Amino acid sequence: MSSFEFASPRTEAEAVELLAAHDGQTAVLAGGTDLVSLLKADIVTPQRVVDITNISSMKGVTSVTGGLLVGALTTLDEILVHPLLAGHPSLAHVADGVHAIQIQSAGTLGGDLCHLPNCWYFRNGYGLLGTLNGESLPAEGRSDFHAILGNQGPAKFVSASRFAPALIALGAKVRIVGPTPDQVTLLPIEYFYVTPKSSDQRVTVLTPGQLVTHVWLPEVSSTLASATYEVLQLEGLDYPLASAGVALEMNGRLVTEARVVLGHVAPTPWVSHDAAEVLKGRSIDEATAQAAGDAAVARATPLAHNEYKVQIARTAVKRALLRAVGQLEGVS
Amino acid sequence: MPDQGHPTREDQIRSGSGFSRRDFLKGSGAAVAATTLAQSVSETEAAQQAGTKVAPAKASAVKLDINGKAVTVTVEPRVTLLDVLRDDLSLTGAKEVCDTTNCGACTVLLDGKAVYACSVLAHAAVGKKVMTAEGLAGQGVDAVAQCFVKHDATQCGYCTPGFVVATRAFVAAKPNATVEDIGKGLGGNICRCGTYAGVIAAALECSKKGGK
Repeated sequence: MSSFEFASPRTEAEAVELLAAHDGQTAVLAGGTDLVSLLKADIVTPQRVVDITNISSMKGVTSVTGGLLVGALTTLDEILVHPLLAGHPSLAHVADGVHAIQIQSAGTLGGDLCHLPNCWYFRNGYGLLGTLNGESLPAEGRSDFHAILGNQGPAKFVSASRFAPALIALGAKVRIVGPTPDQVTLLPIEYFYVTPKSSDQRVTVLTPGQLVTHVWLPEVSSTLASATYEVLQLEGLDYPLASAGVALEMNGRLVTEARVVLGHVAPTPWVSHDAAEVLKGRSIDEATAQAAGDAAVARATPLAHNEYKVQIARTAVKRALLRAVGQLEGVS
Repeated sequence: MPDQGHPTREDQIRSGSGFSRRDFLKGSGAAVAATTLAQSVSETEAAQQAGTKVAPAKASAVKLDINGKAVTVTVEPRVTLLDVLRDDLSLTGAKEVCDTTNCGACTVLLDGKAVYACSVLAHAAVGKKVMTAEGLAGQGVDAVAQCFVKHDATQCGYCTPGFVVATRAFVAAKPNATVEDIGKGLGGNICRCGTYAGVIAAALECSKKGGK
């Protein structure tokens, strides 16, 4: 781990000012479950670490006009039981899939959204694109856990965020402050993620000195059904092989509007308009859920070692849809 | 980069001098430290005017609350709580195994919640109550640890303190837990000997008794 300065501000404005120093060569520390490992491996080498966990305005869930404001520091165990989030079961489904009390206690919503890819080439120092002597390692080497969609450019990793698919399906926005304290942006989470085209680009639109402070969730109607289904390889603590977050506007048994978003299958969360189109005007049953799953992966372009993920992604979509309408056996 | 080794343990061991032993041995340490210091001081001053103190990139004193006792250690911001516990305070109940938030052997309680001490910077633990395996029981043996003994939930024992601390937090949060709940709550602790059957039995009983 390289040396760095450390600061622990109490306000968003102070945090943003502290992050702007050193030409933005700074890092945001919340639960530490991702950043500290990256620091140890010298993958992230900031000159200053800004600990945001003492900023009270970024904690908790509050009702605001038209929706909810969820602090970026809201932890997974809070999401699991928060009464204001009871209308968004797809979020508790995600927190419930993180099988470690330690990560549930320390891990935050903002930290999940900004989690860097788990790609083994990236984590071993070969950069986001995983290149060695100009060659793409995921293209030439093992690609078991890499992208099956959106992988035709140089980026082959998968987006790490577990909450983003559910949040995008719910129409959530991310509140970003910085680089100066008076600059506030509210951005649909769908547009928060970008696929890097070169080694100097990042995985989100965040620029140095910017801070994710909150997630805004639109008010849910009584006719909205939502769910997440993650396919996990291990019973213990693990990242999904593929996941799907869905939100359905229902008129009785019929779907009037659907949003289907896949996770861990592409360098960004993957919004499947094809799957949503299949569902419009139909009721959710085994057959329609299967058809939506088929549509979601119809354009998949698996790499040498991850063709198995196509079926897993298809199943994630199918099961998320069935779960949203209470038809998934053995799962509440 | 992969072809350069990660900094060794020796690089990271710190004293109050502000430069690492390796730099000192190279003979260039003093100059490097002086430059860093000059930069840090101006930055520190700027941020202090804004209200928040910036700890420089060298060892500085931090006050921690460990097992109910106030202690002061002098460490760099890059030092983890786990290293402070083990190396500075000789509290070796929390083990360093994976050091990457995967195995659970370093679990401690931070304000009553289970966390991986390997992922907490010591400077970030200021103002929070840290409880280690040593501190759980006070004078006697903790009820959760007793339950582990009763159900033979330990073999080589290396993962046990982490498991016990995690179980302590788990049973407080989840009375009357099911086996499925235990799998989800304690899935972040790994036992290479495979004592899971005993751990689950111990956690079930502790959870039923509410950790008493």
